[in-house]
Amino acid sequence: MSSGEELHEVRLTVNGTAAVARVPARRLLSDCIRHDLRLTGTHVGCEHGVCGACTILLDGAPVRSCLLLAVSADGAEITTVEGLAEPDGRLSPVQQAFLECHGLQCGFCTSGFLTTITAGLRDVPDPDDEQAREMIGGNLCRCTGYQNILASVHRAADIARERAAAGPA
Amino acid sequence: MKPPPLGYTRPESVAAALAALAADAGARVLAGGQSLVPLMSMRLAAPDVLVDINRLTELSYVEVAGGQVRVGALARHSEVLASPVAAAAQPLLRQALRFVAHPAIRNRGTTVGSIVHADPAGEMPAVLALLAGNVLVASAAGHRSIPAGEFFLGPLESAVQPGELATEVQFPVLPGPAAGTGFAEISRRRGDYAVCGVAVLAWLAADGRIGGAKAAYLSVGPSPVVLDLTEAVAGGAADAGSFPAAAGLARARLEPWPDIHATAGYRRQLAGVLTGRALGEALSQARETVDA
Repeated sequence: MSSGEELHEVRLTVNGTAAVARVPARRLLSDCIRHDLRLTGTHVGCEHGVCGACTILLDGAPVRSCLLLAVSADGAEITTVEGLAEPDGRLSPVQQAFLECHGLQCGFCTSGFLTTITAGLRDVPDPDDEQAREMIGGNLCRCTGYQNILASVHRAADIARERAAAGPA
Repeated sequence: MKPPPLGYTRPESVAAALAALAADAGARVLAGGQSLVPLMSMRLAAPDVLVDINRLTELSYVEVAGGQVRVGALARHSEVLASPVAAAAQPLLRQALRFVAHPAIRNRGTTVGSIVHADPAGEMPAVLALLAGNVLVASAAGHRSIPAGEFFLGPLESAVQPGELATEVQFPVLPGPAAGTGFAEISRRRGDYAVCGVAVLAWLAADGRIGGAKAAYLSVGPSPVVLDLTEAVAGGAADAGSFPAAAGLARARLEPWPDIHATAGYRRQLAGVLTGRALGEALSQARETVDA
């Protein structure tokens, strides 16, 4: 895949687990996650930063993994869609909301929406409609028409509140 | 859609970065990479070596000193946007940064990087041009300061030369009381490139009427276009009555081009309408600072 190119060691903490990959400098972080780390939940759509499908959390903040070189992320902590579920295996509030509200159809864009909204609700825990639209404005979905995704944002905020009120599972 | 093979170095100090840039004329600086990485993926850019400055945390500052908002080369858009001191000293930064792409891009992309990238559709180049700020540039040979008026040479072309690193951008603070800023743009999709955009700085005279105004436009020329609106608006009441004359001046002076997104005529019409909107925001802010 990269014969003859100099390889760089990249150390990451991925979904709480240490990971090491040896990659050429040109390896996109999205490809490193999918090909080197074998975590194929992160999807690659446009590969130039427009669609948002490859969004992951880098040190907690949503970023496009196709717009980062893996080597430049050395030392970072990243969260992919595989790391969103609760420690006990329950779906996270955002995942549960997408299930309940039919927030996905083909599912290709979903991991990018889930990571984006997970971080978005951390900043704005009780978004109004405008804030919810702003939150997902950088992610493209070609199936749903977005209405069910907007409903999922609101429902996720509700579920997070319900779970917080109920205490630890 | 993969970058070509490239060399890579990640210096731990500015001096080491400058040495790496001096060693290879084909070296390019990698900061946030939100424009450079897609350019490489589309094979429109093929640097010999990337000099990754993401470890130079001494360049990740946003501070106000000496009448300038000073933004270091590693300050992310999101950090500048969130800075209360920056917003208080120069509100145009926050007004414009809200329109820079999406949060996920702003979390990684740097303000200095977007200015060096010199995209004619970029918001921050227009802001720097309007405010007549400066870019500090370092190289192995020394330092220089480049005024905004000499910085933007053409589409994706700035005055930063091979071997140089833009270390800081300086945005002048709001010029005293009775001044205000506004920003408006139209894009086809939220966060997308603007079809047309404008940043306005306006100030009031002692009698509360309009003292003068300046505007900088994006997406209507090869680089930011700065217009002095003063002749159209000075002496008028600081309200919507000033919009038609300002809009008329913008429509008369600008020479936008047609492309797949909009005709030249539509861009000219947008420039007029958006001039009024941004001027309105600037005047209302200026009145508030007087009233406060």
